[in-house]
This record gives sequence, structure tokens and C-alpha cells, in this order.
Amino acid sequence: MKARVVVTLKSGVLDPQGKAIEGALKSLGVDGVASVRQGKVFDVELAGPDASAAKAQLQAACEKLLANTVIENYQIDL
Amino acid sequence: MKAAVVVFPGSNREGDMARALTQATGRAPSMLWHADHELPAGTDLVVLPGGFSYGDYLRCGAIAGRAAIMDAVRAHAARGGLVLGVCNGFQILCESGLLPGVLMRNANLRFVCRMQHLKVERNDTAFTRQYAKGQTIEVCIAHGEGNYEADDATIDRLEGEGLVAFRYCDSAGNVGGEANPNGSRNDIAGIYSDRRNVLGLMPHPENLIDALVGGTDGRGLFESLASAA
Repeated sequence: MKARVVVTLKSGVLDPQGKAIEGALKSLGVDGVASVRQGKVFDVELAGPDASAAKAQLQAACEKLLANTVIENYQIDL
Repeated sequence: MKAAVVVFPGSNREGDMARALTQATGRAPSMLWHADHELPAGTDLVVLPGGFSYGDYLRCGAIAGRAAIMDAVRAHAARGGLVLGVCNGFQILCESGLLPGVLMRNANLRFVCRMQHLKVERNDTAFTRQYAKGQTIEVCIAHGEGNYEADDATIDRLEGEGLVAFRYCDSAGNVGGEANPNGSRNDIAGIYSDRRNVLGLMPHPENLIDALVGGTDGRGLFESLASAA
């Protein structure tokens, strides 16, 4: 089973990298960009077929390692 | 004082740290590997040195913060044992839950490597007895992710309970402004745990222990530790 985990910065957390990318897009003439926030994507392959078990495993993975919940949110897509 | 230095894949300041500890305590620290499960019997102080553990993959300190040895370090801290984390060690302490908050990318996105003045906030801890309260010391910094951030409640608690250890200042002791190298909240360069037995800081006192290489203002921290146990 394949899953995708998306980790993003919580709103209100300053994102200097996103700001730099936003500035670079503007300087490249890409119009209409109001703001950019940078995040991470993890494509995870799970051994078992059970979706609810997979969700629980991925939740544990996020809480223990993939996200720092002080500053980041995560979303699990199965 | 029996000290142990934990080496992770990608640590690079463990030799400097061992030299500073040996100079101050008169005995060489044990060098531990991240995959070890126990501290040597009678360890008073555990040190997490600077470097780029696991290549800073995922987040700085994230993987090292979950290494096998960290359970033993957490148990040591819970017993009231002393723990020092410098630079990447500070990042590891935050990622492991031993200290609150997180070290984010420097606000100006640049790696900063330079001399830096710090203000010693208090001198009644195991780490700072050999300094004066409010003293300005000159050490060095070398980091890309030293921008300390935490939620407002945590910052209020750190300030209210006197858990800020060092702040960035200029040579005259003026805190903040241009002297803040990374955008850190409240100009925080280092913090203590609730019981002040765990200290994490971004600057490198272990590199300022010899007049031949820039100064000796870092010695006070190690001499404080040497007299603490």
C-alpha cells in the first residue's frame, strides 16, 4: 500500500525559506504569487494491506519522527 | 567530574569538546557511540557536541534525537544528572524533548561563522558559577539553524522561570538588535531545563579555551562544571 505524508509549517511560524522562494519567483517574473510556504512530502510504502492499521502506523511515524509538532502539521493520504 | 561525550555519525566537534573537558576536569571524558545503550557507571555529565549529525537530514538533530543512547541520556537527566548540548547538540536536545522549542533556519538564510558576544543571564547554575551574573563573554558561533523559536506560552515560561541561560549581545553588553545573528526569539542563545541540569546553547565555548586561538572566555563554563561534581 502506498501512502503520502505531507508535512507543513504551522501558520504563524516564520518560514525564511518560503520567503526566499517567494522573492525568487517574483524576480523571475512569475506573476500573481501572493506567498509561498515550504513543506516536505514523504512517499511511504507499507507492507500490510489494512488501511486503518496503516493509518495508525503513519500517525505514529509522524508523531515520533517525520514532523516536529512544535512547528509542523502533518497530513496522511492513503 | 566524570564526563561522557556522545558521538553521532556526522558529529565534528567532539575532539574540541574532549579537549575543553580534559583541560578543566583533569581527566579525559569517555567517548560514547550513538548506538550504545548505557552511560558508563558514575557519569556526572553527558555532552552532545556540535556537528552535522546524520547530515542534518529531515531536520537538524531529528534523527540523532531518537538514537539508542538518547534513552540513557533522558534517564540521566531525569535523575538530575547534568547534560550539555552545544550547537547541533542543542538541536538534538530540542528534538529529543529534553528542552522545549526548536532551532529554525537563520532568519537571513545564511550560515553564520564568527565571533559573538553573549550575556550570562545567571551564575547560580552548575554551568555558570565561574562567571559573574550579567557578564559579557566572547565565544564563537557557526550555524545555519540557530534561530530559537517556541510558542508564546513557552517563551513566557522560560523568561518567567529564569531558564534563559545566554543571550546574544554586542561587546558593550547591549542585548539584541544587530548583535542577534540569527533572528532568535528574545535574543536567546541558550536555555536551561526546568531544573537547570540540562543546558543547550548554539555558541561554542569549547573553542575558546586557549589564548593561542582567540581567547579563553569559554573556560568558565567547563570550570563551573568541573567544580559542580
